[in-house]
Amino acid sequence: MSTVAIAAPIKSRLGIGASLKRNRRWALISSYFFLILFAIFFLMPPYYMIVTALKSDAEVAHMATNPWIIANGITFEQFYILLFQTDFLVFFKNTVIVTLCVVAITMVVSVLAAFSLGRMKFWGSSILATGIFLTYLIPDTLLFLPLFQIVKSIGLLNSYWGMVLIYPTLTVPFCTWIMIGYFQSIPKELDEAALIDGAGHMQMLFKIFIPVALPGIIAAMIFAFTVSWAAFVYPMAFLYSADQQVLTVGTVTSLIRADVYKWGMLMAGALLAAAPPLVIYAFLMDYYIAGLTAGATKG
Amino acid sequence: MADTVQSWGPDSIPDTAKAPVRVKGLQKFMRRHSTIAVLMCLPLIIIVACLIVYPAFYSIYLSMLNKSQTRFVGLANFTYLLSRDTFWMVVKQSAIFAISAVFFKALIGLITAHLVNNLPVKGQRKWRGMLLVPWVIPLALSTLGWWWLFDPTHSAFNYILKGMGFEEIAWLSDPYWARVSVILVNVWYGAPFFLIMYLAALKSVPEQLYEAASIDGASAWQKFIHITLPMMHNIIAITVLFSLIVTFANFDVVQIMTAGGPRNMTHVFATYSFLLGIRSGDLPLGAATSLFMFPILAIAAIFILRGVRKRGREIG
Repeated sequence: MSTVAIAAPIKSRLGIGASLKRNRRWALISSYFFLILFAIFFLMPPYYMIVTALKSDAEVAHMATNPWIIANGITFEQFYILLFQTDFLVFFKNTVIVTLCVVAITMVVSVLAAFSLGRMKFWGSSILATGIFLTYLIPDTLLFLPLFQIVKSIGLLNSYWGMVLIYPTLTVPFCTWIMIGYFQSIPKELDEAALIDGAGHMQMLFKIFIPVALPGIIAAMIFAFTVSWAAFVYPMAFLYSADQQVLTVGTVTSLIRADVYKWGMLMAGALLAAAPPLVIYAFLMDYYIAGLTAGATKG
Repeated sequence: MADTVQSWGPDSIPDTAKAPVRVKGLQKFMRRHSTIAVLMCLPLIIIVACLIVYPAFYSIYLSMLNKSQTRFVGLANFTYLLSRDTFWMVVKQSAIFAISAVFFKALIGLITAHLVNNLPVKGQRKWRGMLLVPWVIPLALSTLGWWWLFDPTHSAFNYILKGMGFEEIAWLSDPYWARVSVILVNVWYGAPFFLIMYLAALKSVPEQLYEAASIDGASAWQKFIHITLPMMHNIIAITVLFSLIVTFANFDVVQIMTAGGPRNMTHVFATYSFLLGIRSGDLPLGAATSLFMFPILAIAAIFILRGVRKRGREIG
């Protein structure tokens, strides 16, 4: 009698376990199913760009075959035309110069400011930190017309050095904001110990804070890089000759000159222009994501 | 500010009691400390003051001049805009564009974040990496790709539609489809950002809460309503407001795909002020147009700030 009484609950509990397992398996299968649908939606445009860039002009124009696949063989002629018969390499060079300068300026300015605002604190520092965050929320499309006037008055209209001057407004506030978060998360004991050992502020910053906050610094650098690489409004408004143009605007406007759109070449250009941010993302994904989420979770 | 008191205040008291000589040193140190702190902030203050705050106020002044910027005209530019039908269409389209795009971004982000969170931990990284690709490609360049997908004669979507026996769609030349298209591209670009934010928030919900709910027999939907949403509500609010600002001020998608056409039906504030200010050379009128964005942005900013502060208190 007693054995039966004990066995029954065990049996029923096993039954629940099995159904839970089955439920979980179904949840997993449906998750994969819907994720694949979403992945198709998210990756379809880049896929189609790659396919178009690897086709010949004739195949793109005639539409005799399925546009989603390469029917007449892969060719790299689009890339060849792009690199040797257009201004693409000039755009690329300009973008590299602008981006490197902007990243360097941004990091110096925001690391210094974040250290001061996050760790040293002075009269008005918390108000200033809030103000910095608010300026980050002012979009570039609200500022580009007055900035047009300002850039014109200092004679940097239609020069990529004007972009070096202007882009930090896009990067510095957010980088400072996330660096404040990183610096504040470092334990107080560390700088107290350094003070006792007689370290100055600069020594403290370079010997302790920068090495400890390195993940944050890398995240901020990636943010600054991607933002200045992708900036569009300012170059669209301020640059108009090909020798000063940057990649985003150059690819979208200057390459479309002829009456017939050379879509294969345009897609090749868009892909090559998008490659550096994608490569950085592929190798430093965790830092990239840390930078994205830090803005809202820290502070 | 409370931290300042904590870190410097109590520490200095034992010093005063023990060694008066060191107090002087400490005071001197503190004074130097403040000077150095302000100096370190100076480059930032200069950049923000000269290139963000000054232009913002200059924009107000600029909007009150006439086209050749020779005469002060007061609010004439604003009243002119308010009397134009095109401007009201821009207002309406900006609102439709921002609200519907943010709604679908948030929805898709929430769904995909849950789906990724369901997977075994090992595979999550790979999926997350794949789904974030739209956010990583510079928007101007991926929009070019979308434009090609919507191309009137070569549209690859129409190829599929025709293959399935449907009629072709004039994606960018029909005003209503053009509106749908620009929203679709914006959703495609922004949804991964929501995915990342929500996924990070989902990870921060303590596992024990779900276990406790399971023991009490809660269904998956009940768990979502009573645990996930309340725990994530602050991060959802911040992300939605932030995205609202960015989407409302978006320029790239509309400028590249339709440049405001057909018949000005897809213009948003950014592209319309670009058209007036740069293309037609009427900087003051363009500045006036973009200033209309300011009230809604300011309201969103205030709420974001409140949310961020609250979150800061919750963590610290």
